[in-house]
Formats: sequence, structure tokens, C-alpha cells
Amino acid sequence: MSDDIKIDLELDLRGLRCPLPMVRVSQNITKVPVGGIVRAVTTDAGSLADITSWARTTGNEIIKKERVDKDIVFLIKRSK
Amino acid sequence: MVDTSEEPTAAKKKATIFVISGDFEKLFAAFSIAIGAAASNMDVSMFFTFWGLRALKKNERTGKGLFARMLGFLEAGDINKASPGKYKFLGLGRWMIKKMIKSKNVSDLAELRRTALELGVKMYSCATAMDVMEIPREQLIDEVVDSAGVGWLVEQAQESQFTYSF
Repeated sequence: MSDDIKIDLELDLRGLRCPLPMVRVSQNITKVPVGGIVRAVTTDAGSLADITSWARTTGNEIIKKERVDKDIVFLIKRSK
Repeated sequence: MVDTSEEPTAAKKKATIFVISGDFEKLFAAFSIAIGAAASNMDVSMFFTFWGLRALKKNERTGKGLFARMLGFLEAGDINKASPGKYKFLGLGRWMIKKMIKSKNVSDLAELRRTALELGVKMYSCATAMDVMEIPREQLIDEVVDSAGVGWLVEQAQESQFTYSF
């Protein structure tokens, strides 16, 4: 699992709806240093595609995304 | 606040959103897309004209002349008074859709506008529509950057990676 990866920031975005999950990720990614990892947990089904696209357009990296019960868990690396 | 100063504005991709409607769902979509684009590091401008000015109006009665006052009466209220384009039912539709949105924990229009402003989305009003409808600058929210016209809009559109209109 993700035990070997150091998480720099945890974001609980459960209950937020589009477009807020990706907005919160973008607002908080700069709180970790470049190379740092944000772990974001969402419940909005659209966020699976949204945060993935957001990472592509902003040049950040999704290390991992997985569904855990009703949650969607992202590990996002700040790349720049 | 958020560190948005990483890249100079000139290097950012641009998006322009044109809003002529004051319908709830169109404003909802316009602000959502503006927020998404701004969060994706784009430089976003929104241009509001005619019924779209509802999104920028303060909650004040507008108009001086007879027709403009009539319009001010019929179009009374601010962004919170936006009705859906269908099923208005004398305000029942608005009440219902607001209830539904709240129950699903979706942001309302005023929150979306606030988020857009926080993310640096720039909002402009149409000078001609303001004149015609007799809505002076003081009756728009303070955050409006400026009023502008078609020349400005065409320039923004040419420089933009995408434009949307609602």
C-alpha cells in the first residue's frame, strides 16, 4: 500500500462537489514543497477524472488513485 | 491566500467566458468552468451582458426612466434571485432547485462567484447593457474590474485557448 510513501499534506475533500475537489487540491498543492506528496480523499465521482485532468494541465503527477469503499484516494506529487 | 504567483500572467493560458443569460443553470455552469480553468492555472476573464448582469448586480432596485425602472422591477434582486431557465413557476422553481442543491452539498451561485474571485477570475461588465438597462457601476459589486465592449472581448477571445458563452 502507500505506507512507504511520505505524505506531506492530507486533504479530506469528502462531501465536496464539482468543481470544489480539484479547486481545493490546486489551492493546497503549493503548501507542500516541490516533490512533496498530497493525499486527497474525495467522494465526488467526477473528481476521479477532474483531478486527473487537473494534474495533466498543471504539470503535477498522480502517483496513485484508488477507490476505497465510497472514497476516492489520490496521491498527488507536486512537480513544479 | 493561495500562491498563484508562480508563473507570470503572460505565460498563462487564457480562457474567456461570455455570459448573456441570467438563468440559474447557465450562471452555475459559467462560474464552475471559470473556477475549474482558474484552478488549472489559466488566466480567466468573464464578460457579463444583458441578463447576465444579474450575476454582478448588488441587491438594489435599478433604473431611472420608466422602462428601465420596469425592467429593474421585473429583474429585481441579485445573483441569489437567479431562476432556472425552465420551470420557473413564479419562483417555486428557484426555491426547489436551491433546496435540491443545498441538500446535495453543492455550492450556490454566490459561493461559486466568491470562489471564482478568490482564484483570480476577472469579471467585466458590458458598458452598453449597463447604459441601456440603467445599471450604473455603483450598483455592481465592487470586485468588477471594469466595464468593456466588443473590441475588448474580441481581443480576449483571440488570445484565449477557449471561449464559452452562456
